Amino acid sequence: MTEAAQDMIETVPEMTESERGVAEAARDAEPVALAPAALAPAARLLPALAAVYRAQLSRARVARVPLLFVATFQSVGIMVLMRGVVDGGAGDEARAVVAGSAVLVVAFVALNLLAQYFGQLRAGGLDHYATLPVPAPAVVLGTAAAYASFTVPGVAATAVIGALLYQLPLGGLWLVLAVVPLAGAALAGLGAALGLLAPRPELATLAGQLGMSAALLLGVLPAGRLPEPLRWTRELLPSSYGVDALAEMFEPVPDVGLVAAHLGVCGAVGVASLALATWAYRRATRA
Amino acid sequence: MASSNGRAGPQTTMAPRVPDSPATPSAVVTVRGLCKTYRAEGGWRRRNAAPAPRPANEDIDLRVSAGEIFGLLGPNGAGKTTLVRQLTGLLRPDAGSISLLGHDVVRHPELASRLLAYLGQEAGALDELTVALATETTARLRGLSAPAARATRDAVLAELGLEPLAGRPLKRLSGGQRRLACVAAALAGDRPLLVLDEPTAGMDPVARRAVWTAIDRRRAEHGTTVLLVTHNVLEAETVLDRVAVLDAGRVIACDTPSGLKSLVDAHVRLDLVWRAEPPLAVPEIDRLRGQAVVTGRRWTLRLPQERARAVVATVTGGEAFAALDDFTLATPSLEDVYLALGGRGEGLTRQ
Repeated sequence: MTEAAQDMIETVPEMTESERGVAEAARDAEPVALAPAALAPAARLLPALAAVYRAQLSRARVARVPLLFVATFQSVGIMVLMRGVVDGGAGDEARAVVAGSAVLVVAFVALNLLAQYFGQLRAGGLDHYATLPVPAPAVVLGTAAAYASFTVPGVAATAVIGALLYQLPLGGLWLVLAVVPLAGAALAGLGAALGLLAPRPELATLAGQLGMSAALLLGVLPAGRLPEPLRWTRELLPSSYGVDALAEMFEPVPDVGLVAAHLGVCGAVGVASLALATWAYRRATRA
Repeated sequence: MASSNGRAGPQTTMAPRVPDSPATPSAVVTVRGLCKTYRAEGGWRRRNAAPAPRPANEDIDLRVSAGEIFGLLGPNGAGKTTLVRQLTGLLRPDAGSISLLGHDVVRHPELASRLLAYLGQEAGALDELTVALATETTARLRGLSAPAARATRDAVLAELGLEPLAGRPLKRLSGGQRRLACVAAALAGDRPLLVLDEPTAGMDPVARRAVWTAIDRRRAEHGTTVLLVTHNVLEAETVLDRVAVLDAGRVIACDTPSGLKSLVDAHVRLDLVWRAEPPLAVPEIDRLRGQAVVTGRRWTLRLPQERARAVVATVTGGEAFAALDDFTLATPSLEDVYLALGGRGEGLTRQ
């Protein structure tokens, strides 16, 4: 640093430590540079995440309630239909249908609607977030969390109705509270990434709907009845692990280790898919 | 800090001015040699077949001083929005330098959000929020604490007269009201620079006045600088300190509105509106036809003052007057400047 630059810094008594730091850094980089203005503080991760979550939840309340009804009715309708071919009681198939239908609500909202939302946002709206000093994970996680938590009533209602319809024990239903955030994270991350990576909003919508169809087909139909290739595809779909965990809880004596393992896979995929979505968000906002 | 090519003048608000040029006001925005060409959309095959796209911004130089209300005027497609998207760090220039309050935002686009507030043309992210929540959330994301964000929300909504609409979602509001709510979000959280892309589009006069009062107050109290994109010449003439006129990606003039108008003050604008067909039987009117810009029944003429007086005398008597519905004679506007400077596009508005 030149002496003149040092003098300039020292003759400004009102400069705070951080401003001084910015000025010094700039001078170190370019000896001829003048002091840049102080930067406003950036939003921190957790408060920003909370703000996005709150805004998105309120948005969901205003705009998405009818869609939650659609999602729930769709799942209940599937269970009623399947009741014609699947016996109630302790069979694997009954458990798979109820658990699959419950997780389908998450897939509908977190995968399909979120892909749609981010697809539309990318077409005109991301500028708002991109010109605010908000960390990328705050936007992605806050939105994904809001969409996922919005599904809780639908999943719970579907699971209760299904358990009653198929005479399954209701004792393990509390697990919904773990399945929704974990399967929600995995599916919402996937949905957000699809929405943000799709070149056009229509393609984002299409991809989201295809993803939901896959969750429907592979989640609701009992795994034992699927042909071999589809069974492998089922293993690749993150929501399947949520379905399996929930199905296990409908057993009279659930295998806790197995449930934890399924949820662990779900959570790991969730972390990966949210990281992918965050990367996609950064890519979309820095065109 | 100087721009990367080292040609920028002094530009600082925090430190003392450069000793050798004490009279130079500090620059908030300094743009040098900015160029941007959009790549062709679609696959490589289409890109190869398409002709080379026209640059959206070509060699733009600008310098906006602290506390100025600086306008970018030009019709749609002139490159105004492309320019502000580069200033706000949303778009990377192909060449050139941008310095905001001494920070190089070409190299560090992420710093722009900590220096300026941006009001874009799209409101997609806020559409389903209530006015109050949109404003408060934006303030939170601009780094304010929760109590500060609530206080800012209340102050901004009161200032813009939005309190009666606070609980309504943006998408249920009229176009002008929605725009006003977006302005509220842009003003939530203090920033030394406001970049506003057509902030008053679709607003009624009351809302416009509220916006300009709020901006003026920020300028008076905090020395806020405003960079305004507009295609409304009347607004440009009344609120701007200086204006850069853009056409086809280039700055074709940059001065105060009155300075620009003095370029063309030998001419006046005469609008003639005919009841039905223009009276071409009158030889003087027939001669004027070639010079007029015809919009339906309206002829717009830009004439030297002497000639305009003669034309007014003709149309206010005899056969021509019988065919005349209305006429207006006006001193030059920025629109006339724009046309006189060789502006090619149309689409400037005068409301």
